[in-house]
Amino acid sequence: MNALSPTTLRAPSLQTEGMTKIFGPLVALDDVSIDIKAGSFHALLGENGAGKSTLVKCIMGFYHADKGKLRLDGAEVAVASPRDARAHGIGMVYQQFTLVPCLTAAENLVISRADAPAVIDWKREMPKLQAFMERMPFRVPLDRRVASLSAGEKQKLEILKLLYLEQRFLILDEPTSVLTPGEADEVLGLLGDMARRGDVTVLMISHKFREVKAFCDSFTVLRRGQLTGSGDAQIATVAEMSAMMIGDTPIRERSARSARHEDRTVLELNALYADDAEGRPAIHAVDLKVKAGEIVGIAGVSGNGQSALVEVLSGQRPLKDGRLFINGKPFEPTRKDFDRFKVFGLPEEPLKNAAVPRMSVAENIAFRSYDKPPISSLGWWLSPGPLRRKGEDLIDRYKVKTASPDSPIESLSGGNVQRAILARELSGEVDVLIVANPCFGLDFASVAEIRTQIMEQRNRGAAVLLVSEDLDEVLELSDRVAVMSGGSITYVAPIGETDRNTIGKHMAGH
Amino acid sequence: MTMTSTSPLAASGLSAATLRRIEALAIPVGALIASALVFSVFLLALGKSPLEFYGLIWTGGFGSSFSVQNTLQRAAPLILTGLAFAIPARIGLTLIGAEGALVLGGFSAAAVAIPLVTGGVTAVIGLPLMAVAAMLTGAVWIGLVGWLRHYRGVNETIASLLMSYIAIATMNFFVEGPLRDPASANKPSTMPIGELYRVGPIPGTTVHWGLAAGLVLAVVLHILMTRTTFGFAARMTGGNVRAAQAQGLPVGMLVVGCCAIAGACAGLAGFFEVAAVHGQANASLVAGYGFTGILVAFLARQNALAIVPVAILFGALAASGGLIQRRMEMPDATILVLQGIIFVVLLTSETLYGRIAFLQPRRSGDRT
Repeated sequence: MNALSPTTLRAPSLQTEGMTKIFGPLVALDDVSIDIKAGSFHALLGENGAGKSTLVKCIMGFYHADKGKLRLDGAEVAVASPRDARAHGIGMVYQQFTLVPCLTAAENLVISRADAPAVIDWKREMPKLQAFMERMPFRVPLDRRVASLSAGEKQKLEILKLLYLEQRFLILDEPTSVLTPGEADEVLGLLGDMARRGDVTVLMISHKFREVKAFCDSFTVLRRGQLTGSGDAQIATVAEMSAMMIGDTPIRERSARSARHEDRTVLELNALYADDAEGRPAIHAVDLKVKAGEIVGIAGVSGNGQSALVEVLSGQRPLKDGRLFINGKPFEPTRKDFDRFKVFGLPEEPLKNAAVPRMSVAENIAFRSYDKPPISSLGWWLSPGPLRRKGEDLIDRYKVKTASPDSPIESLSGGNVQRAILARELSGEVDVLIVANPCFGLDFASVAEIRTQIMEQRNRGAAVLLVSEDLDEVLELSDRVAVMSGGSITYVAPIGETDRNTIGKHMAGH
Repeated sequence: MTMTSTSPLAASGLSAATLRRIEALAIPVGALIASALVFSVFLLALGKSPLEFYGLIWTGGFGSSFSVQNTLQRAAPLILTGLAFAIPARIGLTLIGAEGALVLGGFSAAAVAIPLVTGGVTAVIGLPLMAVAAMLTGAVWIGLVGWLRHYRGVNETIASLLMSYIAIATMNFFVEGPLRDPASANKPSTMPIGELYRVGPIPGTTVHWGLAAGLVLAVVLHILMTRTTFGFAARMTGGNVRAAQAQGLPVGMLVVGCCAIAGACAGLAGFFEVAAVHGQANASLVAGYGFTGILVAFLARQNALAIVPVAILFGALAASGGLIQRRMEMPDATILVLQGIIFVVLLTSETLYGRIAFLQPRRSGDRT
């Protein structure tokens, strides 16, 4: 019998037939038919821009497909809006949390209901909520404010919210990008159990083959809007799945790690302290040295001070105490010192941290050079001609896909924005490179290319500080690994003397 | 996911930049036309003829050489206060305190004039000193708003608005107290600066030199914002302060600098109000030019050059106010109603950017 619900709700099956969606000249989804069996844990794989989001948005009713049918338990259904999807029991967990941080878990659940009353009778609601929690395979404290929950608990609450709303077809959009490996395994494991019991059917968008192999039972791959493969996730190999994803797109060979021959410390962080926006300590007593030709990777769960550290180094957050040195000389994150010490950076979410969305691609590429000849003369005059020429040259060399150098950079896709920033930051001589989650949300080919560029800078002798929430990335690139937990660096080890488990334990604060 | 559609204008081979310019012109002009239509309904409801109204605006604003000069005379301070809104807007600040900087600037000019006039200093030296005093006062006043914003996190819109009231009260205090000219019985004023210190009209016109100063400043500031490293850095900061910080830009200095430029513009407007129009500082300085300047800058989309024609348009509205009052028997506030409608329609039209399909450039294989 169904433990989840006293009513007859059970996991539905879902099929799309010939789903097609066209945006002007662009065929975002081309005749895609997928089949998700009731009670399965189905992975939807594909590069950025492969059409995964479009497919899911068509299922959810955000988009109206130009052609194609949607079947739920074999019967054709029309989903004209997200409201319809909800009525049919189709729910989605987005990459970003959709909970209200200042309300408690219980409040978040009740207000999410379509029939949420204007005045909530908590004496009546609380026992019902508790009974609901009792039936669930995992729980979240109902009386705690969402802001005080960990990322894993928030993610669980997002899923619980869908179950509370009696939705039995769950779509998860990269649900583990904000979780620790341990939390991710726990949440996915529990979802897998529920699917196997026939309580829910899960469709998960993912980039991580490890998760797909460990938890999913079937998969579908999209590439450039077309279905390129599907099958049993336990039988297909990672190589097969990745071939379906990438197709014949040539990937740049990852550059090899050349042997180091220098032992000179370039970047030195000395007892750094800084506060977050609310005045709470964000990092404390951070000491770290990065040598020439070395990549030091800082691993850690999101929110343990890594972003504050990057902000301090890039001048976005004031230092409360401590000192920075480059080649033994004091360094301050000002334009003068960035130029003097040849410090460059690839921040996370480049459109938010490294670009001005409304300025043109050429202007964005000129951020490092607009105040130097040939673009500027006399120290203050700016010549648009050389600015545009330099932009065109770098757009060409770094293969930035843009309609024109004058298009606003916000009109570019994520990978192309990152390529424009790479062109700006890495086209000159680099002594120190500060990198934060450089591949977040990018497709396979872009990821490989960006990692190659970072490795090339290292091989040329740059000191690279890499902060990443993607442990695979840290393991792949670093010469030494450091772990940040609770605002401090709690563990440092050369890459040869550590492993995923040890790092994971330190990430979790053990 | 971004919507893409084949756009006839894009297909016709116009570049993205050209399309953006067309859009930047078409939307404000469309908003003006829409405002005129809405205001026509208002007039019809009052039983007045819209055609007569707009005809009178034309006559009163541009109908004769006298009315053109009247229009330009009123446009002069609007160019300067428009710039005072537009320059901080480029660095991401919404400053609505030009009124206060104008009043304090004018008052400083009049106050500096007192010892100069009584000391018999020649106007060739005295007038520039007055102008410098006015601009410095304005620059410090609005610069302070920028400082509060950057270093203390005080909302610049509220701070600049409230500081305007402090500015007006400060002027009133001195004009009614320590610096009151005993001869100004009915309307407390500072001592008149006298005919020798009056800034005359531009030769061949009745329009004072403030118009020329406004035109020159509009061009200079346009060049500053588009063709200098300062302007580039200010636009970076205004567009994304985190990116500007990550490029090591002195964000605080840029913010205070842009605010100081804005204050200097408004202060200069105050100088001309005193030296060319009123001849002394009194409550007449509080004429609302600072607030109308906000509207001017908005309609000009913060573009320093576009501020000039827009300021002339609003100058014409103001110039025709008297005529409309007499001929149509409508109160003076009618023009304010029209200005209000323009402002609301304009704010609404802000949502249209990027949404008019045929004005959008084709995007390059963008997918999410």
